[in-house]
Amino acid sequence: MKRTLLRVITVGLAGVALLAAYGTILLAQQPQIRTPRQTPPPVNPDYSRMEIETLPVQGKIFLLAGAGGNIAVQAGDDGVLLVDTGAEKMVDKTLAAIRKLSPKPIRTIIYTTLADDHTGGSGPLVKAGSVNQAGPGLGGRPNEADLIANTGILRLMTEIGEAKIPTDRWPPSTFHGKQKDLYSNDEPVVIEAVPNAVTAGDSIVWFRKSDVVVTGEIFNQTSYPFIDIEHGGTINGILAGLNRLLEITVPKHLQEGGTMLIPGHGRISDEHDLLEYRDMCTIIRDRVQNAISKNMTLAQIKAVKPGFTYEYDLRFGKNPAWTPDQFIEAIYKSLTARK
Amino acid sequence: MRIARRVKLVVPLFFALMLLAGVPAFAQLDLTGVWNPRTGDEDNPERLQGPSLVEFLGIPANDQGRQWGLAYKSSRLSLPEHECQVHVVEYIHRGPMQMRIWEVRDEVDHHLIAIRETISTYEQERTIWMDGRPRPSVYAPHTWMGFSTGVWEGNMLTVTTTHIKQGWHRRENLPASDESTVIEHFIRHGDTMTHVSVTEDPVFLEEPLIKSEDFNLVANPNTFNPFWPCEYIEEGETIPGAVPSYFAGENPWVAEYAATHNLPQEVTLGGAMTMYPEYRQRMKTLPVAKMPTN
Repeated sequence: MKRTLLRVITVGLAGVALLAAYGTILLAQQPQIRTPRQTPPPVNPDYSRMEIETLPVQGKIFLLAGAGGNIAVQAGDDGVLLVDTGAEKMVDKTLAAIRKLSPKPIRTIIYTTLADDHTGGSGPLVKAGSVNQAGPGLGGRPNEADLIANTGILRLMTEIGEAKIPTDRWPPSTFHGKQKDLYSNDEPVVIEAVPNAVTAGDSIVWFRKSDVVVTGEIFNQTSYPFIDIEHGGTINGILAGLNRLLEITVPKHLQEGGTMLIPGHGRISDEHDLLEYRDMCTIIRDRVQNAISKNMTLAQIKAVKPGFTYEYDLRFGKNPAWTPDQFIEAIYKSLTARK
Repeated sequence: MRIARRVKLVVPLFFALMLLAGVPAFAQLDLTGVWNPRTGDEDNPERLQGPSLVEFLGIPANDQGRQWGLAYKSSRLSLPEHECQVHVVEYIHRGPMQMRIWEVRDEVDHHLIAIRETISTYEQERTIWMDGRPRPSVYAPHTWMGFSTGVWEGNMLTVTTTHIKQGWHRRENLPASDESTVIEHFIRHGDTMTHVSVTEDPVFLEEPLIKSEDFNLVANPNTFNPFWPCEYIEEGETIPGAVPSYFAGENPWVAEYAATHNLPQEVTLGGAMTMYPEYRQRMKTLPVAKMPTN
C-alpha cells in the first residue's frame, strides 16, 4: 500500500515537472511578434547573403528592396522602366527580380541621385536593355536601355572621374531646368529636379497615373537624409524637395494612402510618413540655424546635451555611415556656406 | 488500494486536461455589436476634453519621447497636412468613439476569417485577421490601424498589431513611433467589455505602456454613427514650409499643468520611475511646481 502510494506520488511529481516543462515550451513557442525595425544597410554588406524583396506598390509600380538603395520598376506593354539600379554587386539578383516581373526589355533607367547604391547596377542593366525603336543601324545608337539623369549627375560623375565611377554608369541622356517628361507604359512620367539637395543633381520621379513618386535619398526611412556637401548638397535643398513632395502627394482618406512614395531606403510610405520626416528635418535645421544666430560654433553645437537630433536618434540615427553628428555638421556647413 | 488505483487514473487525466488547457480554445465569446465608451471613468479627461499641455504623467516615456513632447507646439496641428491626422490604434480607443464589431466568416464552413472593427472616431475600419496569415514585409506601408492578427485565449480575444504609423501615446503630448507594437485584450463581461492594451515602443517608451478602457453594449445598434468628416483648410497665415516647435528650454507651458494641480514638475514629465508605488516617497521630497509668470 505504502509502495503504491509512493509510486503514485513519484509519478505525480514527475508529471508536474513534465507539465512545467511543457508550459515553458509553450511560452517559448509563442512568437514574439514585433513591428520590424527600419534598419540602414550595413557599412560593408555581404552581398552574397543579401536577397531582393519585390513588393507591388500600386498601379504599374513595384519596389525592389534589398539591392542597396530602393529600385522602382514600372512594368507594362512598352517594356520596363527602372528608377535607380541598386548596388553593383547585386545586379544579377536585380535583373533576376526584374525578369520575374516582366520578360520585356528594359527601355529606360532614371537616376534619382549619385550614390553608388543607386547607380552601381546601371552598366549591366543598360546593356541588358533595349531602346524603343532603336537597334543596330538605327542612327548608330547602341541597342541598349536609355539612361537619364539631371545634368548635375553627369557633371558630378565626370568631375569625380572614371577611376571611381565607370563610364558605363554615366547618363548619356540628361536634362537641365525644372523637369523632363516621358510617357511610358501608358502613363506620364515626370522627372523633377531637386536642386542642391543630397547633391547638385537629384531628381524625384513621379508616375502620374500609378500615383507613385520615387523620392531618391531626400526621403529615407532608415536614416537622416544624406547631405553630400562636397557635391552640392544643402539642407535647404533637402527641405525644398520634401516640401515639393508634400505638394504632389494627395492622401486618399484622412491622411492615409493615396499617393504612395518609394523612399531612398526603407519602407513604402505615404504623405503622413513624409510629413513627419519633413517636420523632423525642419525642426533640426531650425535648431542649428538658431544656434548659428547666437554665434555658436560647430563644436559648441555638437557639445549641446541632449543633442539637436536627440529625440529622433533611436529612429533615424542608427546609420553608422551617416551619424547624427555628421548630419548636424552637414546642416551647419550648408547654412554657413558663403553664397 | 482502491484509492491508489483511483489516484493512478485521476493523475494522468488531470495532466491530460492541463495539457489541453494550453491549446487555444475553439469556443469563444461573441463580441459583435455596437459598443459605447464609458467616458465617465478615470480616463475621462483623455477621452473628452483632452489632456493639458505637458501632461505626460502616467506614461513611461523615455528621455527621447519627453524631449519630443517638450519641443512640440500645438499650432503644428494647424498645418494643413496635420489637420486630419488620425489617432493611431494604440490611442484611438480613448477617443469619444463608438465601435461596431462584427465577424467575417467563410461562406461554406463558417470558420472565422476575421473580426472587423469600425471605429467612429476618424471613420477607421480595422480588420483583425483570425486565419493565421503572415505579417507584411518590413518594406510594407504602415497605416493608422496597422496590421492586426488575433487569437482566442479562452474567452479573451488577444490581438497583436504591427505596421502602425507615427502618432500619439497621448495626444498633443507624447509621440508614438512607427516602430510600436500593440497587444490588445478584448474581455467581455455580459454587456460590458474591457479593452486592455500593452504598447511597446522602442523609440519613445522605456517600458510598455498598459492602459484599459471600458465599453457598454448598445441596445439599439442602429444608433451607430460612422461619420467623421474632416477636410483640411488653411488656418491663418503660415510661412510655407515652417514647422512650429519650441527650442530647448523655451516651452512656456512646462509648469502650467503641474502648478495647477499642486504637483512636482518631475511627476508630470512621465517616465517609468513615476509609475511605481515607491515613487510616492520621492514625490514627497520634491517641491510643487510654480505657475509660470508670463
